[in-house]
Amino acid sequence: MRMLAAVTGAVVLALAAWPAAAEVAPARQAKLKDMVAQDCGSCHGMTRQGGLGSPLRQEDLAKLSAEAVIETILEGRPGTPMPPWKAMLSREEAAWIAAYLMGELK
Amino acid sequence: MKRLAATVLGLGLGLGLLSACQPVLRGTGDLGLVVERADGRLMVVENSTSTKLASVSGLGDLSHAALVYSRDQRFAYVFGRDGGLTKVDILSGAIAGRVMQSGNSIGGAISQDGSLVAVANYTPGGIKVFDAATLEQVADIPAIGADGKASKVIGIADLSGRRFIYSLYDAGEIWIADLTDPKAPRLTKHTNIGKLPYDALITGDGRWYLAGLFGEDGIALLDLWNPDKGVKRILDHYGKGKEALPVYKMPHLRGWAVAGDEVWLPAIGHHQVLVVDKGKWTEKARVDVAGQPVFAMARPDGKQVWVNFALPDYSKVQVIDTQTKTVIKTLEPGLAILHMEFTAKGERVWLSARDSDKVVVYDTETLAPVAELPAVKPSGIFFTSRAGKTGL
Ligand code: HEC
Repeated sequence: MRMLAAVTGAVVLALAAWPAAAEVAPARQAKLKDMVAQDCGSCHGMTRQGGLGSPLRQEDLAKLSAEAVIETILEGRPGTPMPPWKAMLSREEAAWIAAYLMGELK
Repeated sequence: MKRLAATVLGLGLGLGLLSACQPVLRGTGDLGLVVERADGRLMVVENSTSTKLASVSGLGDLSHAALVYSRDQRFAYVFGRDGGLTKVDILSGAIAGRVMQSGNSIGGAISQDGSLVAVANYTPGGIKVFDAATLEQVADIPAIGADGKASKVIGIADLSGRRFIYSLYDAGEIWIADLTDPKAPRLTKHTNIGKLPYDALITGDGRWYLAGLFGEDGIALLDLWNPDKGVKRILDHYGKGKEALPVYKMPHLRGWAVAGDEVWLPAIGHHQVLVVDKGKWTEKARVDVAGQPVFAMARPDGKQVWVNFALPDYSKVQVIDTQTKTVIKTLEPGLAILHMEFTAKGERVWLSARDSDKVVVYDTETLAPVAELPAVKPSGIFFTSRAGKTGL
């Protein structure tokens, strides 16, 4: 068991060191998914169909570039309830969420 | 052994009562509903025993779900995010009716006489009104603001008569719909009340309607005993102000606490709860708390106010003594505390701990936990005592 854990650890490290694929560790990805459903969901709806915040389904975001979505997540939209998340999310994490919302990740 | 037997008997009885196959009589005053939002399910719970009596599923998307009770406290009208309006019979634990009324709803209200249920919608915006008995739609009132655009509707509440009051988020207006004749609803509109009203509440006496503004500081206030005086702006400094923190979760105004002649409300973007003089509408005090408050709720006797928080502090709950205006205890009942509900006379409070998958019950005198119920991602908790209260 302990050996398995050590091996998994090594794999995670290896992935993390590989820039393109997984700058966000799998355990953290699960947390981010949960965060999108629950915490973003409190304004955007748990299934992202919108609420006080605009809908965030893949087709709704098609009009935006990935960069624009990342900026919106990190900086918020001043003058609206969309808060800046940069105190809580790194740029890599925001990029991961953007890709996840835009349908580029499963 | 005797204890166990008693428990089994109790359980058997409980289920027997609910299964409705045996006509055993019981009341509903000791019951309530807990929303298990991820699974679109409700738990029927009993206050005195801190137990679950039944589950009701098939309610669709219940994120941010709210509900109101019929006057006889037997039926709950549940407003789902997917636009579903479901009538639940809590005695039988079954769905008594369900309509899909729009794409996206957030809340609703039941008329003073119990005959009409109004649903407020985000999209397409506006309210729809249903016959409380049959769920037949009796009116559809779009919310087109003075700017000519459809607006999200928030903060709906019942007024005297067959009237509902609500706010238009995008347009910044407060409307009153009079459905004395449901075929010809009469609308009274207050325009230019301020930018982006995001939630509103009515005080339990039905006199004051307050809408929190997001787009600017302050609160829009309407005195319903003197509606011709129009909407006034109060607490001009209330809101985000200069050094505000990002608001990760909108504070809930329905959770504002009226305790005696004071109103307790969450500051937006600050780690504070504000105390406001009810009637004069001036600020009396600020109490520092552990995070950005979401709900500030008064124990029914007004002696304590319980506060929960937005992330990242949402696993704490603080209890404030209203006389000394100090935090008397910080509790950590579980992870992600989303909602709190007092029993009718306030001896206990139930808290939903979403990320701990449980509901925790506290004794409000000893401030110690007394029971726990497993629940899947619980959010709102609603006891039937709400049935007799304006605005709930
Ligand atoms: C407190 C409420 C609230 C929360 C929580 C919230 N948002 Fe928003 N969000 C909004 C609002 C309101 C808008 C619309 C802003 C506007 O009018 O431009 C918005 C807009 C957006 C947009 C732009 C969509 C578009 O079509 O332009 C994105 C992307 C977004 N939010 C992502 C997120 C993510 C990701 C989270 C969670 C990490 C989140 N939001 C949490 C309120 C919220």
